[in-house]
Amino acid sequence: MNLRTRRKAVNFLALSLSLAAMAFGLFWLAWILWMVLDLGLGALSMSLFTEMTPPPGGAGGLKNAIAGSLILVGLAMAIATPVAILAGIYLAEYGQRTMLGKVTRFINDILLSAPSIVIGLFVYAIYVANVGKFSGMSGAIALALLVIPVVVRTTEDMLGLVPNTLREAAYALGAPKWKVIMLVTLRSAKTGVVTGILLALARISGETAPLLFTALSNQFWSVDLSEPMANLPVTIFKFAMSPFQDWQQLAWAGVFLITLGVLSLNIIARVMFRKVEQR
Amino acid sequence: MNQTQEAGKLGVLTAEPAAKAASLINPSLARGRFGDALFFNLTRAFAVLTLVLLLGIVVSLTWSAWPSIQTFGFGFLTSSEWNPPAERFGALVPMYGTLVTSLIALVIALPISFGIALFLTELAPAWLRRPLGIAIELLAGIPSIVYGIWGLLVFAPVFGQYIQPWIGKTLGQLPVIGALFSGPAMGIGILAAGIILAIMIIPFITSVMRDVFELTPPMLKESAYGLGGTTWEVVWNVVLPYTRVGVIGGVMLGLGRALGETMAVTFVIGNASLLSGFSLFMPGNSITSALANEFAEATPGLYTAALVELGLILFVITFIVLSLSKLLLMSLQRGEGAKS
Repeated sequence: MNLRTRRKAVNFLALSLSLAAMAFGLFWLAWILWMVLDLGLGALSMSLFTEMTPPPGGAGGLKNAIAGSLILVGLAMAIATPVAILAGIYLAEYGQRTMLGKVTRFINDILLSAPSIVIGLFVYAIYVANVGKFSGMSGAIALALLVIPVVVRTTEDMLGLVPNTLREAAYALGAPKWKVIMLVTLRSAKTGVVTGILLALARISGETAPLLFTALSNQFWSVDLSEPMANLPVTIFKFAMSPFQDWQQLAWAGVFLITLGVLSLNIIARVMFRKVEQR
Repeated sequence: MNQTQEAGKLGVLTAEPAAKAASLINPSLARGRFGDALFFNLTRAFAVLTLVLLLGIVVSLTWSAWPSIQTFGFGFLTSSEWNPPAERFGALVPMYGTLVTSLIALVIALPISFGIALFLTELAPAWLRRPLGIAIELLAGIPSIVYGIWGLLVFAPVFGQYIQPWIGKTLGQLPVIGALFSGPAMGIGILAAGIILAIMIIPFITSVMRDVFELTPPMLKESAYGLGGTTWEVVWNVVLPYTRVGVIGGVMLGLGRALGETMAVTFVIGNASLLSGFSLFMPGNSITSALANEFAEATPGLYTAALVELGLILFVITFIVLSLSKLLLMSLQRGEGAKS
């Protein structure tokens, strides 16, 4: 084999393997989504939304878990979003070159990928252990702590995309800096910031680990934030690990709901972000 | 508009004393300055909060783990005993599980991610790049609990029935590494957990690799193509050396994710707190699965403290890995800035 054919053969082999890797990646995505669709749709029924989680071996729904998840996630977003946007504004508008800005950015990026179970432990240590019982509030705090780094990061990035001429124009009209930021910079970066919020929402909607020792779970209907609160992920965990057919069915239905919600949020966020890029 | 107002408005941007003087004359400017100070400090306070959070995690976990740290000292890291009734705890088994599953995940995910990134940057036609990229990123969007239940109820049975026996017959017959692939094919176990982790971290490593590959200056690639290089030669000899640091950063990011992943591992690792041999077919335990399974039911005192110490160890390891990743990626971006 001469050098030319060998080089071509190596190239062909490498590119084929690359194609195979791509197919390999898509294969898992297709398999997982297919099973979720297949088993999830089969378990779907109206009683999911109207009945409580059943005792072992019984039939029932996921009403309390769905409601609990919505409350926890909503509360977490309400706590975290303002905090994170303000911190993001600091990083983008005041602290680009300061030491505080640099360190915060670094730490924030690490918290972004930090194990979520450790965040759960942290909230357990500072909140649950002191109050003495698991509660919905502690679950919402744990989720909020997972939202903050995501929104800080995207807010900072999106504010960075706003052209400086816009800021200068506002200054030239005599606006103080806080007005420039709130009424001009932040407003023109609005779509991007909302994208970040949606991504964060998608991330915490499926989070299980931090809820295991904060919100725990609750077999009954409870919207009291000082009591353990039912939620979809922990219910799925409990039901899927059980040997009961009925419970596993419900777990698949829950998985279907979560996957549907999370993937739609991801896709909406991407479509919105595309608009930002095109501008 | 009179002269002082004009001077004042310029002063907001430039000269401090002029602004001060103007704000004495014009109350609306004074309000603006007050608002500025308030807003600046408000945003800074929340930025500081992020730092406090990190510090808070380390301090509070150390505090809660203190009874265990005091009782077991460094022996905690080297003891493989995990005996709640006797209150004797060691981190060796869960640490082994965490490190080995993450290592398996890296070994599988690294070549696959490289292949996908290569496909997305060099091979795929332009109209396919975006949808395929999004598809891979959706893989990262799927919640880990979905991987978990899928791994336990769908993947593990298939894996145990068809793939594990085959691995046992092929890799299991090799002289040295054969021992790693021996034993009964149960589906769940350390190897299954590693494979599922691999699927989960592929999108993270891929997207970093794709991003850094795109940082390669077109001039460099075109020169290599101009010399007659094949696509593979250009990627292997030009793109990869140029982006090496970033690629390593991406791999570390994936490793950080794998180390801290909880639900997917907990479902399939088998949760055995004893280490029975080194076969990867055996069930095991990772730091995260030990926490997920035992923490809510642990008795307060030494048992809880030992579990918290496991969490602290995990946090310290991931913190180091993720910091390295971040520093490597930052140094690549800095180099990029200096060259262009």
